[in-house]
Amino acid sequence: MVKYFCSNIDIKSTWDHVVSAFWQRYPNPFSTHVLTEDVVYRELTADHRLLSRRLLMKTNRLPRWAERLFPAGMSRSVYIVEDSIVDPVERSLTTYTWNLNHTTLMSVEERCVFLESVEHPATTQLKREAWISSSIYGFSKPIQEFGLARFKSNQVKALKGLEYALTNLQGTSRLLALFRKQTSQKNPQPLSLQPALTEPFLTHAHTHTLTHYNPVGDFTL
Amino acid sequence: MNSVGEACTELKREYDQCFNRWFAEKFLKGDRSGDPCTETFRRYQRCVQKAIKEKDIPVDGVEFMGPNKDKPES
Repeated sequence: MVKYFCSNIDIKSTWDHVVSAFWQRYPNPFSTHVLTEDVVYRELTADHRLLSRRLLMKTNRLPRWAERLFPAGMSRSVYIVEDSIVDPVERSLTTYTWNLNHTTLMSVEERCVFLESVEHPATTQLKREAWISSSIYGFSKPIQEFGLARFKSNQVKALKGLEYALTNLQGTSRLLALFRKQTSQKNPQPLSLQPALTEPFLTHAHTHTLTHYNPVGDFTL
Repeated sequence: MNSVGEACTELKREYDQCFNRWFAEKFLKGDRSGDPCTETFRRYQRCVQKAIKEKDIPVDGVEFMGPNKDKPES
């Protein structure tokens, strides 16, 4: 049996900004469990799509009841693969992310599709799906429940992290634009370093799944 | 962000900087002139692939977008 999760969210930022921030979202204050990040494969296809594979290493904090299912001395790091396809013509970014090790205990697979909104080009639509399963005999049900709950909590962190990267990116580009404007003037005025963004990016989440959940750790993506 | 290979972080930083610039300023704008980051990528890969082997990370031979193929279309 596999637990399934799905959410649709509008990100109040252009698709160009969202996909640029996607590559620059680590580190951020909401992802302290992500320890390393690497690009291990990259290809530009003949039809101008960008294929990438990233390898992430995350900590594997577990609740005490699950700790005893882990053999002593087993690696506590989780390796995650994040494959993605950016199509600048279709204006889509599709990601597929899953854990490479500890898959008997829990396997989490996530698919995200970031699309430019047809009606509102300044908005990016994100559809996030996840499949969570466990093969631990006699414990698969509570582990899947735990995995799903943690996934829900972590997807909120993931969005906050992306939002953080977007703020940084837009702050930098606004500062650069200001700088260029400034340097092209005859009598430059001092730069004003105001916060680039004061409004939240996320305008509307179509699904509200965070009702009865108390986060306990960071196994999932 | 750190690389999984402690010695590769600086090479990764150089590559990321090159890539992010190319991505935003060329790729997204439809500019199909060559990729200026090939050399920095090659240096970074030499380092990181060695680290992956040393740490025995089971990423070799994993199909691109692998498990995705078993999922129902939505």
